[in-house]
Amino acid sequence: MTNRRILEQKTVLVIIFLFALVSVFTTFGIIGVLLQETILFFEQVSIVEFLTGTRWTPLFASKKFGVLPLVNGTVLVAAGAMVVALPLGLLAAIYMSEYASTRARSVLKPFLEILAGIPTVVYGYFALLFVTPILKSIFPQTQAFNALSASIVMGFMILPTVASVSEDALSAVPRSLREAAYALGATKAEVATQVVVPAALSGIAAAFILAISRAIGETMIVAIAAGQQPKMTLNPLESIETMTAYIVQVSLGDTPHQSIAYQTIFAVGMLLFLMTLVMNIISYFFTKRFREVYE
Amino acid sequence: MNENSEYILETRNLNLYYGNFLAVADVNIKIRRHQITAIIGPSGCGKSTLLRAFNRMNELVPTARTEGEILFNNENIYDPSIDPVEVRRRIGMVFQKPNPFPKSIYENIAWGLRINGFRGSKSELDDLVEKALRDAALWDEVKDKLDQSGLSLSGGQQQRLCIARTIAVRPEVILMDEPASALDPIATLRIEELMQELKKNYTIIIVTHNMQQAARVSDYTAMMMLRNHEDRSGTVIEFDRTEVIFTNPRDKRTQDYVTGRFG
Repeated sequence: MTNRRILEQKTVLVIIFLFALVSVFTTFGIIGVLLQETILFFEQVSIVEFLTGTRWTPLFASKKFGVLPLVNGTVLVAAGAMVVALPLGLLAAIYMSEYASTRARSVLKPFLEILAGIPTVVYGYFALLFVTPILKSIFPQTQAFNALSASIVMGFMILPTVASVSEDALSAVPRSLREAAYALGATKAEVATQVVVPAALSGIAAAFILAISRAIGETMIVAIAAGQQPKMTLNPLESIETMTAYIVQVSLGDTPHQSIAYQTIFAVGMLLFLMTLVMNIISYFFTKRFREVYE
Repeated sequence: MNENSEYILETRNLNLYYGNFLAVADVNIKIRRHQITAIIGPSGCGKSTLLRAFNRMNELVPTARTEGEILFNNENIYDPSIDPVEVRRRIGMVFQKPNPFPKSIYENIAWGLRINGFRGSKSELDDLVEKALRDAALWDEVKDKLDQSGLSLSGGQQQRLCIARTIAVRPEVILMDEPASALDPIATLRIEELMQELKKNYTIIIVTHNMQQAARVSDYTAMMMLRNHEDRSGTVIEFDRTEVIFTNPRDKRTQDYVTGRFG
Protein backbone atom coordinates (compact mmCIF):
# COMPACT_ATOMS: atom_id res chain seq x y z
CA MET A 1 0.00 0.00 0.00
CA THR A 2 2.67 2.51 1.03
CA ASN A 3 4.88 1.38 -1.82
CA ARG A 4 2.11 2.07 -4.28
CA ARG A 5 1.56 5.52 -2.86
CA ILE A 6 5.25 6.32 -3.12
CA LEU A 7 5.27 5.09 -6.71
CA GLU A 8 2.25 7.25 -7.52
CA GLN A 9 3.87 10.29 -6.05
CA LYS A 10 7.06 9.68 -7.96
CA THR A 11 5.18 9.27 -11.23
CA VAL A 12 3.32 12.53 -10.69
CA LEU A 13 6.58 14.24 -9.84
CA VAL A 14 8.25 13.00 -13.03
CA ILE A 15 5.30 14.09 -15.19
CA ILE A 16 5.19 17.56 -13.65
CA PHE A 17 8.94 17.86 -14.05
CA LEU A 18 8.65 16.99 -17.75
CA PHE A 19 6.07 19.71 -18.22
CA ALA A 20 8.39 22.16 -16.57
CA LEU A 21 11.14 21.08 -18.93
CA VAL A 22 8.97 21.94 -21.95
CA SER A 23 9.45 25.66 -21.40
CA VAL A 24 13.20 25.20 -21.01
CA PHE A 25 13.42 23.19 -24.26
CA THR A 26 11.26 25.73 -26.07
CA THR A 27 13.60 28.52 -25.07
CA PHE A 28 16.65 26.58 -26.17
CA GLY A 29 14.89 25.55 -29.40
CA ILE A 30 14.13 29.15 -30.29
CA ILE A 31 17.65 30.27 -29.46
CA GLY A 32 19.00 27.38 -31.55
CA VAL A 33 16.98 28.24 -34.66
CA LEU A 34 17.77 31.95 -34.30
CA LEU A 35 21.45 31.21 -33.89
CA GLN A 36 21.62 28.84 -36.84
CA GLU A 37 20.02 31.28 -39.29
CA THR A 38 21.92 34.21 -37.83
CA ILE A 39 25.21 32.41 -38.44
CA LEU A 40 24.19 31.74 -42.05
CA PHE A 41 23.40 35.42 -42.43
CA PHE A 42 26.72 36.59 -41.03
CA GLU A 43 28.58 34.29 -43.40
CA GLN A 44 27.47 36.68 -46.14
CA VAL A 45 27.24 40.01 -44.35
CA SER A 46 29.93 41.38 -42.07
CA ILE A 47 28.82 41.82 -38.47
CA VAL A 48 30.49 45.24 -38.42
CA GLU A 49 28.46 46.42 -41.40
CA PHE A 50 25.32 45.05 -39.77
CA LEU A 51 25.89 46.81 -36.45
CA THR A 52 27.27 50.13 -37.73
CA GLY A 53 25.66 50.69 -41.14
CA THR A 54 23.05 53.43 -41.38
CA ARG A 55 21.17 52.17 -44.42
CA TRP A 56 18.79 49.22 -44.31
CA THR A 57 17.62 48.11 -47.78
CA PRO A 58 17.73 44.28 -47.89
CA LEU A 59 14.50 44.12 -49.88
CA PHE A 60 15.78 46.34 -52.70
CA ALA A 61 18.12 45.71 -55.61
CA SER A 62 21.01 47.57 -54.00
CA LYS A 63 21.14 45.75 -50.69
CA LYS A 64 22.47 47.51 -47.58
CA PHE A 65 22.47 45.73 -44.25
CA GLY A 66 23.00 48.47 -41.67
CA VAL A 67 20.55 47.70 -38.85
CA LEU A 68 20.86 51.08 -37.11
CA PRO A 69 17.78 52.66 -38.75
CA LEU A 70 15.65 49.84 -37.32
CA VAL A 71 17.30 50.19 -33.90
CA ASN A 72 16.74 53.94 -34.15
CA GLY A 73 13.04 53.40 -34.86
CA THR A 74 12.69 50.92 -32.02
CA VAL A 75 14.46 53.14 -29.51
CA LEU A 76 12.52 56.22 -30.65
CA VAL A 77 9.16 54.55 -30.15
CA ALA A 78 10.19 52.85 -26.89
CA ALA A 79 11.57 56.10 -25.48
CA GLY A 80 8.36 57.91 -26.38
CA ALA A 81 6.33 55.15 -24.74
CA MET A 82 8.39 55.46 -21.57
CA VAL A 83 7.84 59.23 -21.45
CA VAL A 84 4.12 58.44 -21.27
CA ALA A 85 4.25 55.34 -19.08
CA LEU A 86 6.80 56.34 -16.42
CA PRO A 87 5.17 59.40 -14.89
CA LEU A 88 1.63 58.10 -15.23
CA GLY A 89 2.52 54.60 -14.00
CA LEU A 90 4.53 55.87 -11.06
CA LEU A 91 1.86 58.37 -10.04
CA ALA A 92 -0.81 55.68 -10.29
CA ALA A 93 1.35 53.39 -8.15
CA ILE A 94 1.92 56.10 -5.53
CA TYR A 95 -1.79 56.84 -5.46
CA MET A 96 -2.76 53.20 -5.05
CA SER A 97 -0.08 52.38 -2.49
CA GLU A 98 -0.14 55.53 -0.35
CA TYR A 99 -3.40 57.39 -0.85
CA ALA A 100 -6.22 55.22 -2.14
CA SER A 101 -8.78 53.82 0.25
CA THR A 102 -9.40 50.09 0.03
CA ARG A 103 -12.54 50.85 -1.96
CA ALA A 104 -10.85 53.12 -4.48
CA ARG A 105 -8.17 50.50 -4.98
CA SER A 106 -10.68 47.75 -5.55
CA VAL A 107 -12.24 49.83 -8.35
CA LEU A 108 -9.00 51.10 -9.90
CA LYS A 109 -7.00 47.90 -10.00
CA PRO A 110 -9.40 45.95 -12.25
CA PHE A 111 -9.45 48.86 -14.69
CA LEU A 112 -5.67 48.82 -14.89
CA GLU A 113 -5.78 45.10 -15.45
CA ILE A 114 -8.33 45.54 -18.26
CA LEU A 115 -5.89 47.98 -19.87
CA ALA A 116 -3.28 45.23 -19.73
CA GLY A 117 -5.69 42.73 -21.27
CA ILE A 118 -6.65 44.67 -24.41
CA PRO A 119 -5.26 42.89 -27.51
CA THR A 120 -2.38 44.86 -28.99
CA VAL A 121 -3.99 44.85 -32.44
CA VAL A 122 -6.79 46.95 -30.95
CA TYR A 123 -4.21 49.37 -29.58
CA GLY A 124 -2.64 49.46 -33.03
CA TYR A 125 -5.79 50.56 -34.78
CA PHE A 126 -6.56 52.93 -31.94
CA ALA A 127 -3.22 54.60 -32.65
CA LEU A 128 -3.74 54.69 -36.42
CA LEU A 129 -7.41 55.71 -36.55
CA PHE A 130 -7.85 57.79 -33.41
CA VAL A 131 -4.55 59.19 -32.15
CA THR A 132 -2.92 59.99 -35.51
CA PRO A 133 -5.84 62.20 -36.72
CA ILE A 134 -5.67 64.13 -33.45
CA LEU A 135 -1.92 64.59 -33.87
CA LYS A 136 -2.51 65.74 -37.43
CA SER A 137 -4.92 68.40 -36.30
CA ILE A 138 -2.28 69.71 -33.88
CA PHE A 139 0.83 69.23 -36.06
CA PRO A 140 -0.25 69.36 -39.73
CA GLN A 141 3.09 67.92 -40.91
CA THR A 142 2.30 64.60 -39.16
CA GLN A 143 2.58 61.66 -41.54
CA ALA A 144 -0.15 59.05 -41.84
CA PHE A 145 2.17 56.52 -40.23
CA ASN A 146 4.29 58.04 -37.47
CA ALA A 147 6.31 57.11 -34.42
CA LEU A 148 4.50 59.42 -32.03
CA SER A 149 1.02 57.92 -32.15
CA ALA A 150 2.53 54.44 -31.71
CA SER A 151 4.60 55.77 -28.78
CA ILE A 152 1.67 57.32 -26.99
CA VAL A 153 -0.57 54.31 -27.34
CA MET A 154 2.23 51.92 -26.42
CA GLY A 155 2.81 54.06 -23.33
CA PHE A 156 -0.75 53.34 -22.24
CA MET A 157 -0.31 49.68 -23.05
CA ILE A 158 2.72 49.31 -20.72
CA LEU A 159 1.32 51.63 -18.07
CA PRO A 160 -0.24 48.72 -16.11
CA THR A 161 3.15 46.98 -15.99
CA VAL A 162 4.84 50.07 -14.61
CA ALA A 163 2.01 50.78 -12.18
CA SER A 164 1.63 47.28 -10.85
CA VAL A 165 5.33 46.41 -10.43
CA SER A 166 6.04 49.85 -8.92
CA GLU A 167 3.12 49.45 -6.57
CA ASP A 168 4.48 46.11 -5.39
CA ALA A 169 7.79 47.84 -4.68
CA LEU A 170 6.11 50.69 -2.80
CA SER A 171 3.92 48.35 -0.76
CA ALA A 172 6.98 46.33 0.20
CA VAL A 173 8.48 49.33 1.99
CA PRO A 174 7.99 48.47 5.66
CA ARG A 175 5.32 50.28 7.63
CA SER A 176 7.89 51.12 10.30
CA LEU A 177 9.62 53.46 7.85
CA ARG A 178 6.41 55.35 7.13
CA GLU A 179 5.67 55.56 10.83
CA ALA A 180 9.16 56.93 11.50
CA ALA A 181 8.51 59.69 8.98
CA TYR A 182 5.02 60.50 10.26
CA ALA A 183 6.35 60.62 13.83
CA LEU A 184 8.73 63.40 12.78
CA GLY A 185 5.81 65.50 11.61
CA ALA A 186 5.96 64.63 7.92
CA THR A 187 2.90 65.17 5.73
CA LYS A 188 1.52 62.39 3.59
CA ALA A 189 3.09 63.84 0.44
CA GLU A 190 6.49 64.10 2.14
CA VAL A 191 6.28 60.52 3.34
CA ALA A 192 5.30 59.26 -0.11
CA THR A 193 7.79 61.21 -2.21
CA GLN A 194 10.76 61.54 0.12
CA VAL A 195 10.71 58.30 2.10
CA VAL A 196 8.67 55.60 0.39
CA VAL A 197 9.66 56.25 -3.23
CA PRO A 198 13.43 56.51 -2.50
CA ALA A 199 13.25 53.36 -0.39
CA ALA A 200 11.53 51.52 -3.24
CA LEU A 201 13.75 52.97 -5.93
CA SER A 202 15.42 49.75 -7.04
CA GLY A 203 12.01 48.08 -7.38
CA ILE A 204 10.70 51.03 -9.35
CA ALA A 205 13.78 50.88 -11.58
CA ALA A 206 13.07 47.21 -12.16
CA ALA A 207 9.53 48.10 -13.23
CA PHE A 208 10.83 50.70 -15.65
CA ILE A 209 13.34 48.37 -17.23
CA LEU A 210 10.77 45.61 -17.55
CA ALA A 211 8.50 48.12 -19.27
CA ILE A 212 11.28 49.22 -21.64
CA SER A 213 11.87 45.61 -22.57
CA ARG A 214 8.17 45.19 -23.33
CA ALA A 215 8.18 48.38 -25.40
CA ILE A 216 11.15 47.18 -27.43
CA GLY A 217 9.53 43.84 -28.12
CA GLU A 218 6.05 45.18 -28.84
CA THR A 219 5.05 44.45 -32.44
CA MET A 220 1.44 44.99 -33.40
CA ILE A 221 1.09 48.67 -32.55
CA VAL A 222 4.21 49.70 -34.45
CA ALA A 223 3.48 47.40 -37.39
CA ILE A 224 0.08 49.04 -37.81
CA ALA A 225 0.72 52.66 -36.87
CA ALA A 226 4.42 53.54 -37.16
CA GLY A 227 5.12 52.77 -40.78
CA GLN A 228 7.65 50.77 -42.80
CA GLN A 229 10.40 53.24 -43.58
CA PRO A 230 13.70 52.46 -41.88
CA LYS A 231 15.12 55.92 -41.26
CA MET A 232 17.70 57.57 -39.08
CA THR A 233 15.46 60.24 -37.64
CA LEU A 234 14.56 61.64 -34.26
CA ASN A 235 11.44 63.35 -35.54
CA PRO A 236 8.52 61.40 -34.02
CA LEU A 237 6.04 62.80 -36.53
CA GLU A 238 7.70 60.91 -39.37
CA SER A 239 7.10 57.40 -40.55
CA ILE A 240 9.77 54.99 -39.26
CA GLU A 241 10.24 51.24 -38.95
CA THR A 242 11.06 49.27 -35.84
CA MET A 243 12.87 45.96 -35.67
CA THR A 244 9.68 44.09 -34.84
CA ALA A 245 7.70 45.77 -37.61
CA TYR A 246 10.42 44.82 -40.09
CA ILE A 247 10.23 41.17 -39.05
CA VAL A 248 6.46 41.24 -39.58
CA GLN A 249 6.84 42.90 -42.94
CA VAL A 250 9.22 40.22 -44.23
CA SER A 251 7.37 37.30 -42.65
CA LEU A 252 4.08 38.32 -44.24
CA GLY A 253 5.55 39.37 -47.57
CA ASP A 254 6.65 37.34 -50.58
CA THR A 255 10.36 37.26 -49.79
CA PRO A 256 11.67 33.83 -50.85
CA HIS A 257 12.88 31.58 -48.03
CA GLN A 258 16.63 30.85 -47.87
CA SER A 259 17.34 34.20 -49.54
CA ILE A 260 19.62 36.62 -47.78
CA ALA A 261 16.72 39.06 -47.43
CA TYR A 262 14.78 36.39 -45.59
CA GLN A 263 17.67 35.58 -43.28
CA THR A 264 17.86 39.21 -42.17
CA ILE A 265 14.82 38.69 -39.96
CA PHE A 266 16.70 36.11 -37.89
CA ALA A 267 19.63 38.45 -37.43
CA VAL A 268 17.28 41.27 -36.44
CA GLY A 269 15.36 38.85 -34.22
CA MET A 270 18.57 37.77 -32.54
CA LEU A 271 19.54 41.36 -31.84
CA LEU A 272 16.05 42.05 -30.47
CA PHE A 273 16.27 38.97 -28.28
CA LEU A 274 19.64 40.05 -26.90
CA MET A 275 18.36 43.57 -26.17
CA THR A 276 15.35 42.39 -24.21
CA LEU A 277 17.42 39.70 -22.51
CA VAL A 278 19.88 42.28 -21.22
CA MET A 279 16.99 44.45 -20.02
CA ASN A 280 15.39 41.54 -18.20
CA ILE A 281 18.67 40.59 -16.56
CA ILE A 282 19.20 44.17 -15.34
CA SER A 283 15.63 44.23 -14.07
CA TYR A 284 16.21 40.93 -12.26
CA PHE A 285 19.23 42.31 -10.44
CA PHE A 286 17.38 45.45 -9.43
CA THR A 287 14.50 43.41 -8.07
CA LYS A 288 16.88 41.13 -6.21
CA ARG A 289 18.70 44.04 -4.66
CA PHE A 290 15.50 45.64 -3.48
CA ARG A 291 14.34 42.38 -1.94
CA GLU A 292 17.59 42.04 -0.02
CA VAL A 293 17.24 45.39 1.67
CA TYR A 294 14.01 44.70 3.53
CA GLU A 295 13.62 41.09 4.47
CA MET B 1 -2.37 77.85 27.99
CA ASN B 2 0.19 77.84 30.78
CA GLU B 3 3.12 75.97 29.27
CA ASN B 4 4.87 75.83 32.61
CA SER B 5 2.15 74.05 34.51
CA GLU B 6 3.08 70.83 36.23
CA TYR B 7 1.22 68.64 33.76
CA ILE B 8 2.02 68.59 30.06
CA LEU B 9 -0.49 65.93 28.95
CA GLU B 10 -3.81 64.88 30.32
CA THR B 11 -6.24 62.26 29.02
CA ARG B 12 -9.95 62.68 29.64
CA ASN B 13 -12.34 59.74 29.30
CA LEU B 14 -10.12 58.34 26.59
CA ASN B 15 -11.54 55.37 24.65
CA LEU B 16 -9.56 53.85 21.79
CA TYR B 17 -11.24 51.55 19.28
CA TYR B 18 -10.15 49.32 16.44
CA GLY B 19 -13.35 48.94 14.46
CA ASN B 20 -15.91 47.92 17.07
CA PHE B 21 -13.32 46.56 19.46
CA LEU B 22 -12.71 48.81 22.45
CA ALA B 23 -8.98 48.28 22.91
CA VAL B 24 -8.35 50.86 25.62
CA ALA B 25 -11.16 52.06 27.84
CA ASP B 26 -11.70 55.10 29.99
CA VAL B 27 -8.18 56.33 30.67
CA ASN B 28 -7.79 59.43 32.82
CA ILE B 29 -4.17 60.20 33.62
CA LYS B 30 -2.01 63.30 33.89
CA ILE B 31 1.58 63.26 32.66
CA ARG B 32 4.08 65.44 34.52
CA ARG B 33 6.46 67.73 32.65
CA HIS B 34 10.15 66.75 32.57
CA GLN B 35 9.47 63.42 34.18
CA ILE B 36 9.68 59.90 32.83
CA THR B 37 6.37 58.08 32.89
CA ALA B 38 6.37 54.34 32.29
CA ILE B 39 3.39 52.36 31.03
CA ILE B 40 3.59 48.73 32.14
CA GLY B 41 1.28 45.76 31.98
CA PRO B 42 0.86 42.32 30.41
CA SER B 43 0.90 41.77 26.62
CA GLY B 44 -2.21 42.79 24.74
CA CYS B 45 -3.55 45.20 27.33
CA GLY B 46 -3.24 48.23 25.03
CA LYS B 47 -0.01 49.86 26.21
CA SER B 48 1.22 50.70 22.72
CA THR B 49 -2.25 51.75 21.60
CA LEU B 50 -2.45 54.20 24.50
CA LEU B 51 1.05 55.51 23.76
CA ARG B 52 0.20 56.05 20.09
CA ALA B 53 -2.87 58.03 21.06
CA PHE B 54 -0.59 60.76 22.43
CA ASN B 55 0.71 61.74 18.99
CA ARG B 56 -2.25 60.59 16.91
CA MET B 57 -0.28 57.74 15.36
CA ASN B 58 -3.23 55.42 15.83
CA GLU B 59 -5.11 57.09 13.03
CA LEU B 60 -2.66 55.70 10.48
CA VAL B 61 -4.59 52.47 11.03
CA PRO B 62 -7.76 52.93 8.95
CA THR B 63 -10.13 51.31 11.45
CA ALA B 64 -8.82 53.13 14.52
CA ARG B 65 -11.14 55.55 16.31
CA THR B 66 -10.64 57.78 19.32
CA GLU B 67 -13.16 59.07 21.84
CA GLY B 68 -12.47 61.54 24.61
CA GLU B 69 -9.76 64.14 24.86
CA ILE B 70 -6.03 64.41 25.25
CA LEU B 71 -4.97 67.83 26.48
CA PHE B 72 -1.49 68.91 25.49
CA ASN B 73 -0.61 72.12 27.31
CA ASN B 74 -4.36 72.39 27.93
CA GLU B 75 -5.27 72.12 24.26
CA ASN B 76 -7.20 69.10 22.99
CA ILE B 77 -5.05 67.45 20.30
CA TYR B 78 -8.12 65.65 18.94
CA ASP B 79 -9.94 68.90 18.29
CA PRO B 80 -10.99 68.98 14.59
CA SER B 81 -9.06 72.22 14.09
CA ILE B 82 -5.76 70.58 15.09
CA ASP B 83 -3.45 69.23 12.38
CA PRO B 84 -2.03 65.82 13.37
CA VAL B 85 1.20 66.70 11.55
CA GLU B 86 1.73 69.58 13.99
CA VAL B 87 0.96 67.31 16.95
CA ARG B 88 3.55 64.77 15.82
CA ARG B 89 6.17 67.44 15.36
CA ARG B 90 5.78 68.48 18.98
CA ILE B 91 5.33 64.96 20.35
CA GLY B 92 8.01 62.73 18.86
CA MET B 93 8.25 58.97 18.92
CA VAL B 94 10.90 56.26 19.13
CA PHE B 95 9.80 52.79 18.07
CA GLN B 96 10.35 49.26 19.32
CA LYS B 97 12.51 48.22 16.40
CA PRO B 98 15.12 50.74 15.29
CA ASN B 99 13.83 52.16 12.00
CA PRO B 100 16.39 54.55 10.52
CA PHE B 101 15.67 55.74 6.99
CA PRO B 102 17.71 54.05 4.24
CA LYS B 103 19.60 57.33 3.91
CA SER B 104 22.96 58.49 5.28
CA ILE B 105 23.41 59.05 9.01
CA TYR B 106 23.53 62.78 8.31
CA GLU B 107 20.38 62.74 6.17
CA ASN B 108 18.50 60.71 8.78
CA ILE B 109 18.67 63.78 11.01
CA ALA B 110 18.73 66.55 8.41
CA TRP B 111 15.55 65.28 6.73
CA GLY B 112 13.40 65.80 9.81
CA LEU B 113 14.77 69.32 10.19
CA ARG B 114 14.08 70.17 6.56
CA ILE B 115 10.50 68.95 6.50
CA ASN B 116 9.94 70.99 9.64
CA GLY B 117 10.85 74.15 7.82
CA PHE B 118 14.61 74.46 8.34
CA ARG B 119 15.84 77.02 5.80
CA GLY B 120 19.28 77.90 7.16
CA SER B 121 22.75 77.46 5.72
CA LYS B 122 24.65 74.21 5.34
CA SER B 123 26.90 75.01 8.30
CA GLU B 124 23.90 75.74 10.52
CA LEU B 125 22.42 72.40 9.47
CA ASP B 126 25.75 70.70 10.22
CA ASP B 127 25.68 72.21 13.71
CA LEU B 128 22.13 71.01 14.37
CA VAL B 129 22.97 67.51 13.16
CA GLU B 130 26.04 67.42 15.38
CA LYS B 131 24.10 68.69 18.37
CA ALA B 132 21.39 66.06 17.94
CA LEU B 133 23.98 63.29 17.63
CA ARG B 134 25.82 64.57 20.71
CA ASP B 135 22.60 64.76 22.71
CA ALA B 136 21.88 61.17 21.70
CA ALA B 137 25.39 60.11 22.79
CA LEU B 138 26.21 58.91 19.29
CA TRP B 139 28.46 61.67 17.92
CA ASP B 140 31.82 60.15 18.85
CA GLU B 141 30.94 56.85 17.21
CA VAL B 142 29.70 58.27 13.89
CA LYS B 143 31.41 61.65 13.38
CA ASP B 144 33.81 60.15 10.80
CA LYS B 145 31.17 58.35 8.78
CA LEU B 146 28.21 60.68 8.56
CA ASP B 147 27.72 59.85 4.89
CA GLN B 148 27.37 56.12 5.51
CA SER B 149 23.93 54.54 5.53
CA GLY B 150 22.05 54.63 8.82
CA LEU B 151 21.40 50.94 8.27
CA SER B 152 25.14 50.18 8.54
CA LEU B 153 25.11 50.90 12.29
CA SER B 154 24.59 48.30 15.04
CA GLY B 155 21.12 47.89 16.54
CA GLY B 156 21.92 50.00 19.60
CA GLN B 157 23.51 52.72 17.47
CA GLN B 158 20.52 52.67 15.11
CA GLN B 159 18.19 53.20 18.04
CA ARG B 160 20.27 56.15 19.28
CA LEU B 161 20.21 57.51 15.72
CA CYS B 162 16.41 57.30 15.87
CA ILE B 163 16.47 59.17 19.18
CA ALA B 164 18.82 61.78 17.67
CA ARG B 165 16.48 62.16 14.71
CA THR B 166 13.56 62.66 17.09
CA ILE B 167 15.23 65.24 19.37
CA ALA B 168 16.70 67.15 16.39
CA VAL B 169 13.26 68.62 15.68
CA ARG B 170 12.95 69.70 19.34
CA PRO B 171 9.71 68.09 20.38
CA GLU B 172 8.34 68.67 23.87
CA VAL B 173 7.47 65.06 24.53
CA ILE B 174 9.20 61.86 23.41
CA LEU B 175 7.12 58.70 23.28
CA MET B 176 9.14 55.50 23.47
CA ASP B 177 7.56 52.19 22.54
CA GLU B 178 9.75 49.50 24.17
CA PRO B 179 12.83 51.26 22.80
CA ALA B 180 15.30 48.72 24.17
CA SER B 181 13.45 45.46 23.64
CA ALA B 182 15.42 44.62 20.49
CA LEU B 183 18.78 45.54 22.04
CA ASP B 184 21.42 43.71 24.08
CA PRO B 185 21.93 44.62 27.78
CA ILE B 186 24.81 47.03 27.17
CA ALA B 187 22.96 48.92 24.44
CA THR B 188 19.90 48.93 26.72
CA LEU B 189 21.91 50.46 29.54
CA ARG B 190 23.14 53.22 27.24
CA ILE B 191 19.59 54.05 26.17
CA GLU B 192 18.49 54.16 29.82
CA GLU B 193 21.35 56.49 30.74
CA LEU B 194 20.44 58.64 27.78
CA MET B 195 16.84 58.89 28.97
CA GLN B 196 18.04 60.35 32.27
CA GLU B 197 19.95 63.01 30.32
CA LEU B 198 17.00 63.77 28.03
CA LYS B 199 14.65 64.19 30.96
CA LYS B 200 16.15 67.62 31.65
CA ASN B 201 14.76 68.99 28.41
CA TYR B 202 11.99 66.61 27.45
CA THR B 203 9.03 64.78 28.89
CA ILE B 204 9.29 61.06 28.23
CA ILE B 205 6.60 58.41 28.17
CA ILE B 206 7.93 54.88 27.80
CA VAL B 207 6.10 51.62 27.24
CA THR B 208 8.02 48.66 28.57
CA HIS B 209 7.57 44.97 29.15
CA ASN B 210 10.52 44.97 31.45
CA MET B 211 9.49 45.82 34.99
CA GLN B 212 13.06 46.27 36.19
CA GLN B 213 13.50 48.81 33.46
CA ALA B 214 10.37 50.68 34.50
CA ALA B 215 11.60 50.68 38.10
CA ARG B 216 15.08 51.85 37.08
CA VAL B 217 14.21 54.67 34.72
CA SER B 218 10.79 56.08 35.48
CA ASP B 219 9.44 58.59 37.96
CA TYR B 220 5.79 57.69 37.46
CA THR B 221 4.21 54.43 36.39
CA ALA B 222 0.85 53.65 34.84
CA MET B 223 -0.21 50.06 35.41
CA MET B 224 -2.45 48.74 32.63
CA MET B 225 -4.51 45.58 32.63
CA LEU B 226 -7.60 44.12 30.99
CA ARG B 227 -10.73 45.39 32.75
CA ASN B 228 -12.27 41.93 32.60
CA HIS B 229 -11.96 38.91 30.39
CA GLU B 230 -15.25 39.39 28.53
CA ASP B 231 -14.66 42.57 26.53
CA ARG B 232 -10.83 42.35 26.62
CA SER B 233 -10.49 46.12 26.89
CA GLY B 234 -7.37 47.40 28.58
CA THR B 235 -7.33 50.27 31.02
CA VAL B 236 -5.06 52.00 33.50
CA ILE B 237 -5.83 50.40 36.84
CA GLU B 238 -3.32 52.34 38.88
CA PHE B 239 -1.18 55.40 38.29
CA ASP B 240 1.27 56.69 40.86
CA ARG B 241 4.89 57.41 41.65
CA THR B 242 7.01 54.48 40.47
CA GLU B 243 8.25 53.67 43.96
CA VAL B 244 4.67 53.45 45.20
CA ILE B 245 3.65 51.17 42.32
CA PHE B 246 6.57 48.85 43.01
CA THR B 247 6.63 48.89 46.81
CA ASN B 248 3.19 49.76 48.06
CA PRO B 249 0.53 49.52 45.36
CA ARG B 250 -3.09 50.01 46.30
CA ASP B 251 -4.46 47.55 43.77
CA LYS B 252 -4.05 43.84 44.46
CA ARG B 253 -3.61 43.14 40.72
CA THR B 254 -0.73 45.63 40.51
CA GLN B 255 0.92 43.97 43.47
CA ASP B 256 0.56 40.52 41.89
CA TYR B 257 1.97 41.78 38.62
CA VAL B 258 4.99 43.67 39.93
CA THR B 259 5.94 40.84 42.24
CA GLY B 260 5.77 38.41 39.36
CA ARG B 261 2.79 36.40 40.53
CA PHE B 262 0.75 37.27 37.49
CA GLY B 263 1.08 37.93 33.77
